[in-house]
Amino acid sequence: MDDIPPYPPIDPTTFDLIVIGTGLPESIIAAAASTASKSVLHLDPNPFYGSHFSSLPLADFPSFLSSHSTSPSPPRSPSSDDPNEFSLLEFATRPLYSSIDISTFSPNLLDQHSRKFNLDVAGPRVLFCADKSIELLLRTGTNQYMEFKSVDATFVGDNKGNLWSVPDSRAATFKDKSLGLVEKNKLMRFFKLVQGHLAGEQDVKISEEDLQSPFVDFLNKMGLPPKIKSFILYAIAMADYDQEDTGVCRDLLKTKDGIDQLALYNASIGRFQNASGAFLYPIYGQGELSQAFCRRAAVKGCLYVLRMPVTALLVDKDTGCYKGVRLASGQDIFSQKLILDPTFKVTLPLGSSPPLPLKEKLPFFSLKDDKGKIARGICITKTSLKPDISNFLVVYPSRSLFPEQVTSIRFLQIASNLAVCLPGMFVLYISALCNDDDQGKKLIHAVMNTLLTVPLDSESNAAVQSETAEIGSAVQDETSESSSGGPSDSGEEKPTLLWSALYSQELTLGQVDFICSTPMPDGKLNYNDLIDTTFKIFQEIYPEEEFFPETSLENPEVDGDASPET
Amino acid sequence: MHGRPRKAPKPEDEAASSAKAQKLRALQTQFFSFHHNKIYTKEAVELSAKLLEINPESYTAWNYRKLAVEHYLNLPDCNPDSIKSVLDDELRVVENALRQNFKSYGAWHHRKWVLSKGHSLIDNELRLLDKFQKADSRNFHAWNYRRFVAESMKRSEQDELKYTEDMIYANFSNYSAWHNRSVLLSALFDKKAEGFLLKEKVLPEEYEFIHQAIFTDPDDQSGWFYHLWLLDQTVTTDSPLLASSWPGHGSDVLLVGDRCYNGSAFSPFSALHSDSGSFPIVLYFNQPVRGVNSSTVTVECGFNKNEDLLWKPLSASNSQTARVWVAHLKVSSSDLHSTVEVSVGHTKGIISTRGFEYSHPSMLSFKVHVQPMERDSSQVSVAESISLREENFKVYGKQSEESIIDSFDQLIIKNGHETTASNWRFEALAKEIECFRELLSLVDCKIGKLTLARLLKAYDAMSYPFANKLVHSEEVLELYSDLMKLDRTHYQFYKDERSIVLLQKYKDSVSSAICGPICLRLNNLSLSRMGAFEKLLWVQMLDLSHNELQSIEGLEAMQLLSCLSLRNNKLRSLTALEPLRKLKLLRILDISYNQIGDHSIDTTRYVCSSPLSHSVGSELNRDETVTSDVALINNWEAFYIFKDFNLNQLDIVGNTIADEKFKSVLVKIMPKLKQLDGKLLD
Repeated sequence: MDDIPPYPPIDPTTFDLIVIGTGLPESIIAAAASTASKSVLHLDPNPFYGSHFSSLPLADFPSFLSSHSTSPSPPRSPSSDDPNEFSLLEFATRPLYSSIDISTFSPNLLDQHSRKFNLDVAGPRVLFCADKSIELLLRTGTNQYMEFKSVDATFVGDNKGNLWSVPDSRAATFKDKSLGLVEKNKLMRFFKLVQGHLAGEQDVKISEEDLQSPFVDFLNKMGLPPKIKSFILYAIAMADYDQEDTGVCRDLLKTKDGIDQLALYNASIGRFQNASGAFLYPIYGQGELSQAFCRRAAVKGCLYVLRMPVTALLVDKDTGCYKGVRLASGQDIFSQKLILDPTFKVTLPLGSSPPLPLKEKLPFFSLKDDKGKIARGICITKTSLKPDISNFLVVYPSRSLFPEQVTSIRFLQIASNLAVCLPGMFVLYISALCNDDDQGKKLIHAVMNTLLTVPLDSESNAAVQSETAEIGSAVQDETSESSSGGPSDSGEEKPTLLWSALYSQELTLGQVDFICSTPMPDGKLNYNDLIDTTFKIFQEIYPEEEFFPETSLENPEVDGDASPET
Repeated sequence: MHGRPRKAPKPEDEAASSAKAQKLRALQTQFFSFHHNKIYTKEAVELSAKLLEINPESYTAWNYRKLAVEHYLNLPDCNPDSIKSVLDDELRVVENALRQNFKSYGAWHHRKWVLSKGHSLIDNELRLLDKFQKADSRNFHAWNYRRFVAESMKRSEQDELKYTEDMIYANFSNYSAWHNRSVLLSALFDKKAEGFLLKEKVLPEEYEFIHQAIFTDPDDQSGWFYHLWLLDQTVTTDSPLLASSWPGHGSDVLLVGDRCYNGSAFSPFSALHSDSGSFPIVLYFNQPVRGVNSSTVTVECGFNKNEDLLWKPLSASNSQTARVWVAHLKVSSSDLHSTVEVSVGHTKGIISTRGFEYSHPSMLSFKVHVQPMERDSSQVSVAESISLREENFKVYGKQSEESIIDSFDQLIIKNGHETTASNWRFEALAKEIECFRELLSLVDCKIGKLTLARLLKAYDAMSYPFANKLVHSEEVLELYSDLMKLDRTHYQFYKDERSIVLLQKYKDSVSSAICGPICLRLNNLSLSRMGAFEKLLWVQMLDLSHNELQSIEGLEAMQLLSCLSLRNNKLRSLTALEPLRKLKLLRILDISYNQIGDHSIDTTRYVCSSPLSHSVGSELNRDETVTSDVALINNWEAFYIFKDFNLNQLDIVGNTIADEKFKSVLVKIMPKLKQLDGKLLD
């Protein structure tokens, strides 16, 4: 990326809004602002859409991570002020990924087919069929640029490698083989209670006192057995932290929130006829979302320039107010508002304190760093963990793998029918919240060791050779069986790891002022919180404007949003 | 479509529908003119298609199209291609009509008709069905049609069973799917298909399956229906069994003349008063059977060898299928002591309604003692000596009741080998009982309670030969009492069920209940329904007074009844008395203080499958003496019911119907009547 091609000049040079970075929040804001008839310039230093929300070819994945892992180089001495009226504040990149650990056990094959992979940087992620991202897609007509498939099932895993299907609906409860009759009855009665409460039935109203109490207490009060409690808390309400250990739980779910989560889940099941479960996954990966909103913005007149780094911020010398940005091409572009990708931070010149007006205006320049991190892992295998299902979600509730595990580990297997990898292969996304990199690694490794066979280095050459040959033929013959037996039960062979990437990601929150920073991908499965933040940022910069007004609806809701399973 | 609330029509909807009606009317007029003139031109046929597309319920149009098809098929230049094109057109029209309303009987029927012509590919039909069943998985028209298609295609029951399973997994609130499952399983059982040979292997899996549905959502009724079917499969033995008989095996029967109730040298317990020179043999099967005749049931006795006995079915309907069969054996006075042997089922031919052969040949033998008749004294008023007065019960008080019960049990135990061979039935029931007790400990569920009551009853009934006590009756009674409180809508049903249990329990605690071997007093028990007849065949005098009986269905089995009190019950009509017509020995009847005539509409006729409405007309016409009598015509019900009675004594006072005029009609119908409402007749 150092080899920057010559840039054609951008015309016009003044915009209402400049957005830097094409991550999902930036793309949504660009689309919303364009829809509100603002002139928008959307820049990205990368040659692809999506930034930290993108889906990347295999070969590009390590370089993307490492390009965001180095500490910022100390800012060059402030370039002597231009003869004009602006001060220049240089951009620096912040290290967002650490402890990057890429292992390749089958180099030839994967190199050859690198472009066949679309690996999500922010995985594992799914869309709930009734969540805010789907609402936004439908409301804005952005769904026309995307196709989805349903994630077939959710499981809860244990340390023996078993995967228990989550009875998340009436039909699933009926079908479930692991629950006893009494458990089924208790679970369904709880679901009915929640449904009745949500429907506003008077006789089943959950009291305000209960709603404000911890969800786990309410579940106990309802007499739900531990197994079901765990299903509800971690696999349906998707709690991140151990809800039964207040010492370690940083996010204790209230009954009210738990019930909202259940309502979302419940509304998601069966929303689309051809989606069997609660979740959807975009064909070609999560990066498609950002791209779709960019297309949406472009339709509304937003100007796109990729491969265009921004070097500095232009600030009014006297007032300290933001004026515009200087591009890598040297061109200065002006706008009233600026949205920044979390990659960037603005560093003040060493040893100099900003002019007084600037200091007042720039409290936001230091992005708020959340203390927590999220550990992510991507594994590629050539056998499914479940012989009969290829796309599914697994939750390992806290303490399910080892006693010190305080956060849930989530795990998503996506197969080649979603166009994310070579035919016959599977991509496994793992994530868990953690305090530091070591803890994160331990969490990710715990899942990998439970479910996968990691080839030993000493043997790797020989093993990998034969592996490669085998897969080579599999690739040629797409119809060859995709699963060679179920690994989850008993001592059957676990899928062998072909490639893995482990890394820790900083959790930064969005920042709101006249220059705004968008947040990094959070630790959630869906985009609800991110969309909330995005909405707030938009409101902050354009308080007068509606966020995708209803009239902008171009395509009426398409029923078959999820494309049919084939 | 299921699961969509009905909305009140908006004004614009109504306008649209009236416009539609206008259009339809025009179409219809034109269509009828084509139809009446037998015009089958292309234009005319297309018009009918248009009509059906708008209104698939137009049966005439479907029939017209059938005629049109026949017309085309009979054309001289008709070839396979043109046949196919005509029939394909029909299928297309049906499909369009179904798209408009996929519950149209006419459309589905038309499709069957077209396919039965045999020129269409049946494979397409499953695809069409998949579409319709996806749109509404409970649509029973589609399920019906599916059975037709599956049969035509010779699709295996196993495949269809798997299909029901898939549909049930998708949504288990599906009556049609559960029902089809029961149909398919029955077929597989009947066929003795591989893997379905032994019910005890298949049923537990089905129970397991249905438990998942019931526990997941006890409020959903579809699963309960399937459970009821399973319960029936568990309880009902395939081949019919003889449940009881009269006379019982090993018993002594004393036949006496008109006034020989006392002074007999024999133990009076089985003394039967017979003035016709014959006595009945009653066979009570555990399920309705046909084919009981002199070759399937042979009777050998000293006084009458190989007599061709006429066996008659006793059932409410006049079908040749019944649980209870009776024959009358003539007695010759020359042979005073004789042993009678009745062999049941040694020759094949007794077959249950479900097509199973009676396969447990059994033999009853009993001794008959004839008391010489004393014709001369027969005119002494019998009425005086037998009535349901307290002192009579004392006279015939407890004697040798044990032996009756013994002989009764012997019969059952003889049949016991079937029961011991089916221990799995016990085990299945026990398991179910445990299962539903658990469910009820979790939720308060009406249908769960009812099911538990049914299970307990079935368990008790099955274990009766081994345990003399109905161990669960208290629990069952309590469940029904509970249900009566919980579910007022079905109060009467629960009360009826409770009555039968009560009766059985009452019967069970024999010592206090039977006042004599031939007399039974069941008064003041709040009974709303009678039952347990198989245990009461021996009763000659029955007191059912002061109960709440609305019906006495089944009472026809008690062939020995000569004296019956139904005083102070809730009988509402004369037709409710129909079972009594079959009681040839009945002489004394008390139906006083009921509600006969209170209600102008006789609900019995709608509730019970009474042959009355069909048969009475012809019977009246045949009897010319009657048709000439206006009073009798106006009281044809009374005529129909009472004309076959041989009553000596009748009490009918306290019923709205029983005015003086009516009484005079009764006297006319029953010339043999000696006493009416306590008054001696001339």
